[in-house]
Amino acid sequence: MSTSEEVYAASPLDPVETQRLVQETPADTSVFDELTEQRAREIIARYPVPRSALLPMLHLVQSVEGHVSQAGIAFCADLLDLTAAEVSAVATFYTMYKRRPCGEHLVSVCTNTLCAALGGDAIYAKLREHLGSDGKPLGHEETSGEPGAPGSITLEHAECLAACDLGPVLQVNYEFFDNQTPEKALELVKALQAGEKPNPTRGAPLTDFRQAELQLAGFFEGREADLDGPSAAPETVRGARIAAERGWTAPAMPDHAEFPPLPEKK
Amino acid sequence: MVDQLTPVLTKRWLSPRSWTLKTYEQLEGYTALRKALAAHPDQIIQQCKDSGLRGRGGAGFPTGMKWGFIPQGDGKPHYLVINADEGEPGTCKDIPLMMADPHSLIEGIIITSYAIRANFAAIYVRGEVLHCIRRLNAAVKEAYAAGYLGKDILGSGFDLDVVVHAGAGAYICGEETALLDSLEGRRGQPRLKPPFPATAGLYASPTVVNNVETIASVPYIVNGGADWFRTMGRERSPGPKIYSISGHVEKPGQYEAPMGTTLRQLLELAGGMKDGIPLKFWTPGGSSTPLFTAEHLDVPLDFEGAAEAGSMLGTTAVQVFNETVSVPWAVMKWTEFYKHESCGKCTPCREGTYWLVQILQRMVRGEGTPSDIDTLLDVCDNILGRSFCALGDGAVSPITSGIKYFKDEFLALCDQNAKYEATELAGASA
Repeated sequence: MSTSEEVYAASPLDPVETQRLVQETPADTSVFDELTEQRAREIIARYPVPRSALLPMLHLVQSVEGHVSQAGIAFCADLLDLTAAEVSAVATFYTMYKRRPCGEHLVSVCTNTLCAALGGDAIYAKLREHLGSDGKPLGHEETSGEPGAPGSITLEHAECLAACDLGPVLQVNYEFFDNQTPEKALELVKALQAGEKPNPTRGAPLTDFRQAELQLAGFFEGREADLDGPSAAPETVRGARIAAERGWTAPAMPDHAEFPPLPEKK
Repeated sequence: MVDQLTPVLTKRWLSPRSWTLKTYEQLEGYTALRKALAAHPDQIIQQCKDSGLRGRGGAGFPTGMKWGFIPQGDGKPHYLVINADEGEPGTCKDIPLMMADPHSLIEGIIITSYAIRANFAAIYVRGEVLHCIRRLNAAVKEAYAAGYLGKDILGSGFDLDVVVHAGAGAYICGEETALLDSLEGRRGQPRLKPPFPATAGLYASPTVVNNVETIASVPYIVNGGADWFRTMGRERSPGPKIYSISGHVEKPGQYEAPMGTTLRQLLELAGGMKDGIPLKFWTPGGSSTPLFTAEHLDVPLDFEGAAEAGSMLGTTAVQVFNETVSVPWAVMKWTEFYKHESCGKCTPCREGTYWLVQILQRMVRGEGTPSDIDTLLDVCDNILGRSFCALGDGAVSPITSGIKYFKDEFLALCDQNAKYEATELAGASA
């Protein structure tokens, strides 16, 4: 098969679809403006080898589009001198890179064993039901509402989120809401849908999924106040508090601890 | 006699704005660095060896020995990579540490980099913990501004750059070679070993990969000395350790105690079992460490103690489950996790975890048969020791230990279907 006419004739698909598949059409990356490109170059400059920038760059891409699109893949591939296939292979490997546009907020419910046993499965079921439509619960990584529109929510079940002493936990845009119940989680999600932004138990005041992704790419300009968001729940400092109350400490350090002598060269 | 709780890594956690450089410096912060920079790098490695510090990420490899494997004078760049990809189910110690006291990690990084002669270090932190990443970034920035990072640190002539690198949701990147591939901008899949990272790690150069808690311990060892560190814990597992207690206890939380503390002691501190409902099973160090039961309340939780009792210390992620939880259900949930997180590189793990989930789900639905238990164990036998990395080994731990201690519970789920196995299919012998 040498000519395109022959290809079209042999294809079981309609000609337009066939043409789309056989022609290499460069992705339109115009959605990524100069600032985004400048940020991508800043990321690349952080590393001894440019390709190390790929993961943060994919976060950057998501901060613009709310997911990793073909254009996002082309954008990364161009800047890192990789093929689109190489970038796709990476983007599809990691759970946090979303292949479909996300809602204004991403709600992640831990359903790993411990959280599930404490109520995580019930929380997830409750939210699926609430966010579903036509009597059908919302599925994993599906979005309620028009993606990106105010109040739209993407729901997912997550693996262990490293907050087990505070289980069951969920996250909104990767900020922690600890010690949840189905009722509390439902109230939270309803508030998000209504355009409110309840404060997380631990973390900074909520923004949206895209802003969170920008921070994951390493850009925090103008967000210094976020640092003061709470991080220690009572559970976090329980041991430290008991020790303080009972006067328990580690053994005292000597006044002058010497280094051992320089080992002899073998 | 050492106190029951020994706050070292957690001692600043109660201080106001403990994450700032100002608080850190007021509380002895960066004093160990000044001391270390005045010493010879090899003295620091020797001190770490003498202290007996072992990796806090699960495997317990002697830290000083790992540093000593880095070839010196080889003309290649050296790297330090911090494994902050905390994701082992039950594990929740590194994230609070980095949020509360990020400078202790950074100080440990600078000292370690000086010891192994690395001029670039990366903190690979899982992506889902934005607040932690935020605090780390700010702390790194503060450290640069104060002259603790960058060129000619504190006039020592030593240069170091540190980058905070956010992962993107893949448990497997906690495996050190998968982490390195991921940090190089690839799919996070484990590498064949040897070569080990000490000779060919990041960008094929000598690399040390250490856990957060391990490196955060370093400044205290420098200030207190190896003998001081050994006043806590046991001979072969010295030092303090953050035990993370979660699940059905009255007061879950982070408890920093000497290595070798038992669950009985920890439960006492954590207010006992929630609502008095008795203990059924628990993990000593995450879901990849074989389950323990109420029989194991007095096992000393250090590397030797946990191993002698048939499990592993892992990350001291103590997940406690009471009598209301079904073991086959819990095992099924964990297996679903391993199946989701299997990177797909090797067949035993990729296929094995897939089939284990199918069988366990069937059993939990009440559609299993007693022979499914043998099938499970057979599949486990084909994964354990035959998969590319430790994820596969970890995946079989809950299953084999669950069946070992609670076989009756698995059988009970299958009882109703046992009769189908006993009867021959009509016409099968015709």
